[in-house]
Amino acid sequence: MTRTLAFLPLFIAVVFGGFFLWGLNPDRDPNEIPSVLISQPAPEFELDPVVGVETPGLSRSDLAGNGTPVVLNVFASWCVPCRAEHAVLTSLVERDGIQLFGINYKDKPADAARWLSELGNPYSRIGSDLSGRAGIEWGISGVPESFIIGEDGTVLYRYVGPVVGEAAISKFREALVQAGALEREEP
Amino acid sequence: MTPEIGHFALALAFALALIQSVLPLMGANRGMLLWMQSARATSIGQLVLVGIAFGALMKSFIVSDFTVINVASNSHSLKPMLYKIAGTWGSHEGSLLLWVLILTLFGAGVSLFGANIPETLKARTLAVQAWISTGFLSFMLLTSNPFDRVFPPPADGNDLNPLLQDVGLALHPPFLYLGYVGFSIVFSFAVAALLEGRIDAAWARWVRPWTLAAWVFLTAGIVLGSWWAYYELGWGGWWFWDPVENVSFMPWLLGTALLHSAIVTEKRDAFKSWTILLAILTFSLSLLGTFVVRSGLLTSVHAFAVDPERGLYILFLLALSIGGSLALYAWRAPMMEAGGLFKPISREAGLLVNNLILGTATGTVLFGTLYPLFLEAVTGDKISVGAPFFNATFVPMMLPLVLLMGMGPFLSWKRADLAGVLQRVRFIALASIVVTLVIWYIQEGGPLLAYISILLAVWLLFATLREWAMRIRLFDVSFTDAMRRARNLPRASHGMTMAHAGLALAMFGFIGSSAWKTEEVVFVAPGTTIEIAGFDVMFEGVERVRGPNYFADRGTLKVTRKGQAVTTLFPERRYYPIAESSTTESAIRSTLAGDLYASIAEPASEDAELSGAWTLRILYEPLVNFIWIGSALLMLGGGLSLTDRRLRVGAPKRARTTSATPTPAE
Repeated sequence: MTRTLAFLPLFIAVVFGGFFLWGLNPDRDPNEIPSVLISQPAPEFELDPVVGVETPGLSRSDLAGNGTPVVLNVFASWCVPCRAEHAVLTSLVERDGIQLFGINYKDKPADAARWLSELGNPYSRIGSDLSGRAGIEWGISGVPESFIIGEDGTVLYRYVGPVVGEAAISKFREALVQAGALEREEP
Repeated sequence: MTPEIGHFALALAFALALIQSVLPLMGANRGMLLWMQSARATSIGQLVLVGIAFGALMKSFIVSDFTVINVASNSHSLKPMLYKIAGTWGSHEGSLLLWVLILTLFGAGVSLFGANIPETLKARTLAVQAWISTGFLSFMLLTSNPFDRVFPPPADGNDLNPLLQDVGLALHPPFLYLGYVGFSIVFSFAVAALLEGRIDAAWARWVRPWTLAAWVFLTAGIVLGSWWAYYELGWGGWWFWDPVENVSFMPWLLGTALLHSAIVTEKRDAFKSWTILLAILTFSLSLLGTFVVRSGLLTSVHAFAVDPERGLYILFLLALSIGGSLALYAWRAPMMEAGGLFKPISREAGLLVNNLILGTATGTVLFGTLYPLFLEAVTGDKISVGAPFFNATFVPMMLPLVLLMGMGPFLSWKRADLAGVLQRVRFIALASIVVTLVIWYIQEGGPLLAYISILLAVWLLFATLREWAMRIRLFDVSFTDAMRRARNLPRASHGMTMAHAGLALAMFGFIGSSAWKTEEVVFVAPGTTIEIAGFDVMFEGVERVRGPNYFADRGTLKVTRKGQAVTTLFPERRYYPIAESSTTESAIRSTLAGDLYASIAEPASEDAELSGAWTLRILYEPLVNFIWIGSALLMLGGGLSLTDRRLRVGAPKRARTTSATPTPAE
């Protein structure tokens, strides 16, 4: 018994070593985190509206059947990059007619309301995710994150981090074009 | 010329390491004293040669010799001298040289200060230490030569990553490595003991000071890194559960377990194979850290430049050292006989639970850190594991440990009188509850977990002080008598009190700055006033200032409380044109009650820049300074124990201790 137990650390170390050897594959980029949700139906969730904001709440069923792909943005008033991203999202809604939904992630309703009244509210629906439960369902790694969802409710694309700056915006617009939510712009 | 001298010194050190790997070991097996004693000359020789190499690299940095690739890519002629020097260990190659320097430092340390260690054990230990330095010196000479030249040399250097141009961070790697790599000697002692097939109380006594020294340095390294993150990154956070932080934290956790289990081995001749295993695993985790940081295995903010070839070489070294030592362990450990017996309620049992919890916690952090890799290998899914996982698993695991920590020192060896102990801590427990209720009354609200943690922190502080008071019989005898008793207590005993109390104080900081932190992130135009935690902060505007190798936008914030001027804060946003990156320099008003913390980010849009509006982040972090005060006490406590004369003089006898009398509390 003691004999077998004494081999346990070695055994575990060998298993770890195997994983490490695999992990050293030079083609692997650990920094890239695609969503496991891509091409999957959007996860079930149902969120109440943010208290003090008139925009209605958000659930899984609101994302499908809008006649066009929509954007779901996870934001919070405590998140600095979200502020910068806000202007980009607003212009997508106002200039390009994109339908934008929001999940207000782990945010005090009063702060969120103040934030939206200060910067403006481009969202058609906002779900208040106080507990962070919907955030877990969506598998977000931080705030902000944006998803593009097809009209049948399938997740088409995920963008981690703020859509700010020329490179990020053109990448995101390209994804919208691919999804069929935008016409390709003539250069 | 200087770089060539450095390169040559490294090659010579490698040759010495090879000799030291074999000769003393053969000497120990054949009983040839001269061969065993050769380790003394070779280990000191290695230190001197690697020291020369390190000095050569440092000189290249000081004189900005851009013909050396390493200097050209990590330094700049305009950089302040302190950061030129710190640049020596700012890159992969340079930090590896520092790693090896410390490895040889500990080897030479055992040669110089280990006069009381038997020749065979010392020879074997130094041979094992030389195996490690052979591995890493060859790694450096073959894949990461810090002295490579470049022709034609660039006119000026690329500058060091500006985030790293900071006093806290300049000192962070040396301390971290002193800890990390310091555990190598403990590992070598463990492997030597396995080779010898003999572990007893005396072994534990020789190993403990080295463990303690490494632990103190590792604590300092981690705290410096955390302090740097706190004021430099502009977020006001001091721990992010980033993989690279975790790999430095795991050896600390397991090293803490080792410190405590070695006490049992020393005093009671028990836990022997467990102590050996901890010694092996602690250094294995340090090696794992080195591997993770330099191989690009995991996603992290502070990984070095990634090179798969290097990763493969380190993995090979890991397989040899960790695999080899664990195989030796599997073979030899079952032969070690169990030591002193003890009852379920005793000092030994308390330390056993301490070890179980610390071991489980280390396993949890290890699992969380490597889980993304495992999952990706098995299913191909990519995820990241962040703070929520660690907060949900690690914190609840630590709380019972704190409860036990207050109690443990009251327990006597072999068999403790539970009823008596409970009677002694009754009032302490009651007082902790009262204090917590008072805090709850003042604070009004906050998470339940925070109050539970506060209760436990107060309990730990009171119980630790009570135990100390009991030992010097404060209140029982006259004050002068008690002080005389305090002077006569072994220093290690004061050290324990200090370290345990330090942890309690640090906990106040952890809790206060996590549970009651208030934060405002706002767009501000000049003249705007923000209210936070009773302070009024007025933003007066931003001006452009110039530093030696950067420009900065400096904000001015007038802080008042109830109309009374408190202070003026100058948070900066620095731009380093040569490195093409920017950093935030937060401004902090520190008091014991809490920190008022301000940082400015770039203007969020171009319109805002025209109007002079900036994004301002203002935080109030209650009690955060207790983290640094508590950590300082942890280190001082460790340092004080290290000066205990019992660890230095009086060569311990290699006889089985059979004394049944309770040993004085440690």
